Amino acid sequence: MAVDVGGLSPYDWGPTIRAACFGCGKSMKKIMVCLKRVVDYNVRVRVKADGTGVVTDGVKMSINPFDEIALEEALRIRERGGAAEVVVVTIGPADCQQQLRTGLAMGADRAILVEHGTELEPLAVAGLLLKLVEKEHPDLVIVGKQAIDDDCNQTGQMLAALWDRPQATFASKLEVDGDRIRVTREVDAGLEVIEADLPAVVTTDLRLNEPRYVKLPDIMKAKKKPLEILAAGSLGAALEPSLRTTGYAPPPERQKGAMVADVDALVGALRDKGFLG
Amino acid sequence: MTAKILIIAEHAGGRLNQSTARCLACASQISPGAGADVLVAGSQCGAVAAEAAALAGVAEVLVIDRAENSAPVAAVLAPQIAALATAYDYVLGPSTTFGKDLMPRVAALLRVGQVSDLMSVEGPRRFTRPVYAGNAIQSVEVPEGTRVIATVRTASFRPVAAGAAAPIRGVQVGAALPTHTRFIELRSGGGGERPDLQTARLVISGGRGVGSEANFRILYQLAGKMGAAVGASRAAVDAGFVPNDMQVGQTGKIIAPELYMAFGISGAIQHLTGIKDAGLIVAVNKDPEAPIFQIADIGLVGDLFQVIPELEKRIG
Ligand SMILES: Cc1cc2nc3c(=O)[nH]c(=O)nc-3n(C[C@H](O)[C@H](O)[C@H](O)COP(=O)(O)OP(=O)(O)OC[C@H]3O[C@@H](n4cnc5c(N)ncnc54)[C@H](O)[C@@H]3O)c2cc1C
Repeated sequence: MAVDVGGLSPYDWGPTIRAACFGCGKSMKKIMVCLKRVVDYNVRVRVKADGTGVVTDGVKMSINPFDEIALEEALRIRERGGAAEVVVVTIGPADCQQQLRTGLAMGADRAILVEHGTELEPLAVAGLLLKLVEKEHPDLVIVGKQAIDDDCNQTGQMLAALWDRPQATFASKLEVDGDRIRVTREVDAGLEVIEADLPAVVTTDLRLNEPRYVKLPDIMKAKKKPLEILAAGSLGAALEPSLRTTGYAPPPERQKGAMVADVDALVGALRDKGFLG
Repeated sequence: MTAKILIIAEHAGGRLNQSTARCLACASQISPGAGADVLVAGSQCGAVAAEAAALAGVAEVLVIDRAENSAPVAAVLAPQIAALATAYDYVLGPSTTFGKDLMPRVAALLRVGQVSDLMSVEGPRRFTRPVYAGNAIQSVEVPEGTRVIATVRTASFRPVAAGAAAPIRGVQVGAALPTHTRFIELRSGGGGERPDLQTARLVISGGRGVGSEANFRILYQLAGKMGAAVGASRAAVDAGFVPNDMQVGQTGKIIAPELYMAFGISGAIQHLTGIKDAGLIVAVNKDPEAPIFQIADIGLVGDLFQVIPELEKRIG
């Protein structure tokens, strides 16, 4: 659950205080956070009857939960003086402005929408993000480890590759130390710690933090923050897909099984199936 | 012309991960009978190479043995793999945290898209993969002439058998390796002597209903008696009952044990997507309305603190 951090918004502190880094004497100029607009995670997604996609009409859309965590992390770094500015960016249709406004209300300083009407593959998204990186020169890019719609888990790694910079994926802890980061990563075998030079790309796992709730006055303030709109076609990135999606189908359903009354019946059923020796 | 397939081996501590044998099973469906090459990139990884060479369906094991490869750092491995990949039509890695970290970096270096979590082979260039936490299955096609880069959803493929003896060849690649990313340490989770969650035949799993780290002991005891691995829901991990490597689900491990027993787990879609391929799902929950009963093969409404000790007694 997200928590209300309350207290003074870092916005009231002014840029000079925000830019000071407590403890390390050095602070980043800019963190870029990439947000994706996705079907809200509480929605039970259904495949369209004609198999061309999933039903999105009238469905609640939100910031991808992992990206919300990415933004929260960037804001916390800025709030403790580790960065001067947090820029949120998204690539998608005009409707994505809603999610950018939410990001601004959470506390981002400004937003960039790269407008594009149709679905793009992660490689194309990474190519567009690289163009923004070349324009904005962030010290750190934080993105969610995966989007909960296509579940690809690719974009951060691809951006890091195209940018020829470090990647620290599946982060559950991020420490900034001058021009280096130390990242604890959730891996199958446990927790892996790596160190990387900035600039770098970090992708977030669920346990990195709990994003804050947006407060009403912040929503009002967010309306006045800058939101720049660029056309995807104007950035000079390759947008052609490599893959062709031929359709969507509902997953095979597991049949609802039987209820048993007590442990005896459970043990009996397990024995019948050959478990328990 | 037969398709040339390269599989990126996953290994740690001098042992080959079973995900490699599962990738080989996928490769054998893409190009039946042709055999695939396996790349072992590591440092002093001769034993791993020998393990890989024994797997069925391996044409040749390629070894890049150098100190820089002593830990699996994606930024270091990717340029080496990309350099070799130009000789292949397909490059496959496992959809484990190792492969998920590495393969997109390889794909981007090759300027080609990636098929993530490949779950079935419908034709040499047609595959399916889960999207929306498994609520939909997407069919994708990689056009002729485009190199196929994919991560293989390991739970969807049975590992190939061992017992063969493919040739092993050391290779050198000229790629420049970055030093900007450095491995520091691996802190392994709480598994200890228990079977590995990703490969275990039997899995016992606990959720928020277990209530505490101390209470998880009753699950470990039952698991010990049954020879089972122990998993958990995200809620149990978030609450600090168990380490992160025990999480099962959309953002944790996707597993396919023969038996999965869920105690005090409600059955959120993100959890269920991790166990859909289990043979038999047993759910014990005190709430008769818990959604997990909708997909469980055997359900028991009850208090896990009564059920588990009783079960243990009956098995004992
Ligand atoms: C982006 C995203 C990704 C996620 N990824 C994952 C993931 O990978 N894996 C995952 O598991 N979740 C994931 N989740 C979280 C998921 O939505 C659920 O919140 C989570 O699975 C709930 O865990 P739970 O079933 O243990 O807890 P709860 O939903 O709180 O359920 C606890 C259950 O325990 C039962 N219970 C309580 N006491 C007892 C008792 N004494 N005896 C028997 N039963 C009892 C209750 O009746 C209840 O059904 C994700 C969520 C999001 C948004």
